[in-house]
Amino acid sequence: MTIQESAKNTWNTLKIALPMICGILLLLSILNPVFETYYPRIFTGNFFIDPIIGALAGSVAFGIPITSYIAGGELLKDGVSLLAVTAFILAWTTVGVAMLPIEMKFLGRRFALLRNAINFVNAIVIAIIVILVLKVL
Amino acid sequence: MKKFLKKIPAQWKFLIFVLALYLSILLADAGLAMAIALQFLKTLKEVLPIIAVVFFVMFLLNLFIRPKTIKKHLGHDSGAKGWIYTILASIIIAGPPYILMPMVADFRRRGMKTSLAAAFLSNRSVQPVFLPVMAYYFGWTYTLTVSVCIVSFSILSGLIVGRVIEK
Repeated sequence: MTIQESAKNTWNTLKIALPMICGILLLLSILNPVFETYYPRIFTGNFFIDPIIGALAGSVAFGIPITSYIAGGELLKDGVSLLAVTAFILAWTTVGVAMLPIEMKFLGRRFALLRNAINFVNAIVIAIIVILVLKVL
Repeated sequence: MKKFLKKIPAQWKFLIFVLALYLSILLADAGLAMAIALQFLKTLKEVLPIIAVVFFVMFLLNLFIRPKTIKKHLGHDSGAKGWIYTILASIIIAGPPYILMPMVADFRRRGMKTSLAAAFLSNRSVQPVFLPVMAYYFGWTYTLTVSVCIVSFSILSGLIVGRVIEK
């Protein structure tokens, strides 16, 4: 590929990505304060329901992984179970509801929906495995 | 009107929708709207250099890496080597997924296996830089167990997505 072709190719991708990235950043700036306020209140204390709530909360939240560890640490201090917190952290980093539009645009609707659905289930399964392993260790 | 709306690309429709949402917040609560705008600008400022780097890397990859090479190392016949490259790359390359997605899509167009693309995006939280923070909050046993599980399940997730999409 020549320099011109490569630049054109990259520019075409950037033209699609930039409005999406701006839209996602603005949407997250709108949603995150709302979610952060309600995180501790949405957990019920139920061993079976809380991991699902954790995974749901993590799926709609967004940020670099480090933010999820801090938020998870705070939830743990508030008395939320480690199982729910683990599901929350895992869904935060592997599922992205807010990022679905950009993932669908670039990688296809089926790919995006399927990958996120599988990772949502995985977040709960991994959380259970981690807790079991920790109990054994 | 319908024809006009159809002509607008999806990415612009999405941005217009979010801007409309923001506008409604601005009308309802100007203080909250200002806080949101400041947060947005702060994040954008943090993200812009990463966008620049990612797209520059994409430019270089377009320029120097031929589709044949991608097919060989990350394509259908890449085998275990493809998985190892993908997992290592997803651990080493730190960046928000919405910036990495165009790059992954570009790789996929040029021959990357669907399962590897899915595994790459599912394996984001095992980043050496962040792990000490996780260990600080939850301990090293927890951190290592979670990391091993994430890598293992990213392969499973990739295999399922690959099988369903490429069927």
